[in-house]
Amino acid sequence: MAEQVTARVEMLDVSKTFPGVRALDKVSLRLLGGEVHALMGENGAGKSTLIKVMTGALSGDEGEIRLDGQTVEIKTPGQARALGIGTVYQEVNLVPTMSVTKNLTLGRQPTKFGFISWRLAREVANRRLKRLNIDIDVERPLGSYSVAIQQLVAIARALEDDTRVLVLDEPTASLDAHETALLFQIVRDLKSRGIAIVFITHFIDQVYQIADRISVLRNGRLVGSAPIGEMPPLKLISLMIGRELGQTGLRLAGDAPPSDAPVMLEAEGVGKRLMMEPLDIALRRGEVVGLSGLLGSGRTETAKLIFGAVKPDAGKITIGAITGGHSPSRSIRAGVAFCPEDRKAEGVVGELSVRENIILALQSKRGWLRRLSQAEQEKLAAEMIKTLAIATPDADKPVGQLSGGNQQKVLLARSLVSGPQVLILDEPTRGIDVGAHSEIVQLIRKLAGQGLALLVASSEIDELVAVADRVAVLRDRRKVGEISGADITRDNIIHMIAGVQS
Amino acid sequence: MTQIPTSTLPKHSSLTTTLLAVARHKAIWPLAALALIFLIDFIISPNFFSIRIVEGRLFGSVIDVFYRAVPTAMVALGMAVVIGTAGIDLSVGSVIAIGGAVITWRIHAGDPHILILFWALGVGLLCGIWNGFLVAVLEIQPIIATLILMVSGRGIGLMINLLYGGTNPSYTSALLQGISTGHIAFVPTRLLVFLLVFVLLWALLRRTALGMFLESVGANKKAAYLTGINARLVTYSAYIICGLTAAAAGVILCADTHTSDPVSIGRNIELDAILAVVIGGGSLAGGRIYLGMTILGALVIQALTTSILSSGVPPEYNLVVEAIVVLVVLLLQSANFRSLAVSIFARRKR
Repeated sequence: MAEQVTARVEMLDVSKTFPGVRALDKVSLRLLGGEVHALMGENGAGKSTLIKVMTGALSGDEGEIRLDGQTVEIKTPGQARALGIGTVYQEVNLVPTMSVTKNLTLGRQPTKFGFISWRLAREVANRRLKRLNIDIDVERPLGSYSVAIQQLVAIARALEDDTRVLVLDEPTASLDAHETALLFQIVRDLKSRGIAIVFITHFIDQVYQIADRISVLRNGRLVGSAPIGEMPPLKLISLMIGRELGQTGLRLAGDAPPSDAPVMLEAEGVGKRLMMEPLDIALRRGEVVGLSGLLGSGRTETAKLIFGAVKPDAGKITIGAITGGHSPSRSIRAGVAFCPEDRKAEGVVGELSVRENIILALQSKRGWLRRLSQAEQEKLAAEMIKTLAIATPDADKPVGQLSGGNQQKVLLARSLVSGPQVLILDEPTRGIDVGAHSEIVQLIRKLAGQGLALLVASSEIDELVAVADRVAVLRDRRKVGEISGADITRDNIIHMIAGVQS
Repeated sequence: MTQIPTSTLPKHSSLTTTLLAVARHKAIWPLAALALIFLIDFIISPNFFSIRIVEGRLFGSVIDVFYRAVPTAMVALGMAVVIGTAGIDLSVGSVIAIGGAVITWRIHAGDPHILILFWALGVGLLCGIWNGFLVAVLEIQPIIATLILMVSGRGIGLMINLLYGGTNPSYTSALLQGISTGHIAFVPTRLLVFLLVFVLLWALLRRTALGMFLESVGANKKAAYLTGINARLVTYSAYIICGLTAAAAGVILCADTHTSDPVSIGRNIELDAILAVVIGGGSLAGGRIYLGMTILGALVIQALTTSILSSGVPPEYNLVVEAIVVLVVLLLQSANFRSLAVSIFARRKR
């Protein structure tokens, strides 16, 4: 083992608690110089918190950080920078409308007689870019360059002559394959200069292209850390998802999917550049199709493409007898309903009442002239409040004042009231308490029993095992396969996500 | 926003509950402001509320407030719709100016006067189509998009005047002046016209689903789009409605002076209209359209102006006093300010 080598960064038993959440629980991490260290984990695993503690954006409650064997205190991002720890955050903190020079010197412009010297600034900018062997016109606005170049400029900004550690938080999220290769070339070059690189990504394939070592976090704990050779994809994914293989979960769906039932919605070669590779998917009457995959695998993207919330640039979608023309209003009119994952931003209309939110999709289907009467609205709302047990004092309360779980139920009610034949649910149980969770899972089966075709995107494999007749598995924005009937087990799904033949 | 969660309130008798419900009703602050202004007027001049019939029509200070509030209130109704979609329309004054110029031009051209009304509404429609195109189709920010017509509209009015010569051409029209300054069965005609516009607009918004669509686009455009609402078309309709109400106000204002004066007609009316909407509880962030409350807002502004002018305060102070009263009304409506005031008060008590 490499224990005798002094680690570039050593984090010892670092903990951090937020109100109600233990975000980091005695996490220890060793980063070696000249190593690309991939940090993996699903949503809420603690990756960002760990990185923030390392880079001074947050301070840990307990634990110790050693840099090249010496204990250091990192209280602010400035201290981290001074110690040679550079960070490129996920959201690029650059100003696209400003020139590359300004972006590279912002906040630390070289001055002469108290005024900014733009000649010196240009020199500084060029010197920074030269470290990465990039040669671009520094006077052009940053936004005029491709996302890949912008990403490299962000790295150039984080990189000093004495940088010892560089943290890259999802640097490839919006890059295509060619651009990613360009970035990796630069990462390898930095690695060869002895810099320790922390690489966070959701793309499993990329980890195996670039990383030397993988550490996996789950629920604030370090659950595994090993050289790449000792961490095959299957092990990595089981660690991330946190289930031992071989367990079986509850299953509500029957074992024989209704393969002869009529197809309600069919997507053929539907995809969008930089978002989702073209995929085929068919939803049959009375069938629940699950969308499974890790964070960033394209679940939400697939759901949105199929509903028409995002216009695909390839393929065609047939709903019943209608082909093409993807937009939410056409889909809804054709009998497709959609509950988005981000209910606050894309789902509920906070200022409108529970009643108005519930009838909104039906009303938009009917058009503005055929208004539902007050009595009809109240009747529908009352029915739904009762059926879904929505906890609200009355139907006229603004929906923004309800709890998350109840808002989710209002969204579900909105979809159901619109009388759909196809229902697309993106993370229907996220942020919902246990009771409501099982209610919704039961409801999904009940709706399938009533003849709806459902598409359920979920990060919880158990949930899909419980309800799905068929599961489409996604990896790195590609559909990698389908599992159906009795073959839907957690093991089989995990194997397919990992890309291992079962 | 202004609602206090009921669970935190102690139990009260039914009378107190009713009183609390009244106190929490959104109309209470503008109504209180209006009552206070009228009360002060009454103290200063005890015959403030007296209404007489002179030459076959109602006459009196209160009637005068209503009478003068009509153009602003009418513009404010359309403004409330636009603000409900999280937009704004700064060009309403210019729509009035162009409308006035077109009215005068067509009267000089000898069109039948009933046709003139359609010319005026046509101007409103065209301006609404223009603004709607910029905001809904090109997705320019509303404040900038409508600024374009605000700046250019009065110039367009002057150019229309040049079509037939004359700088401030005047006209006479029994029909238009009847609408603006006449009366039917003791009631000023413009109040009846206003009532008609209000009822039409209310029916358009609340007897169809358009009002709810407008509000959902204003509150959460993305969610509205995903619900299948054609957010673009809905936004477009708001600017057309606002253009039409502005044009209707323009008919009244132009007939009042029976001249085309694009430079000064309806000057700053957009500001009064926006203020009326806000006093009526509308939020510039969009999401709710309160038509009735907007009328209250316009009445508060007009009552204030009239009172200051008639109270003997030098007119120079008019704008400052108006600003102070508006500020107070808005502070009372602000939930943040109220909770701040309550906490300061509670600390004093201890």
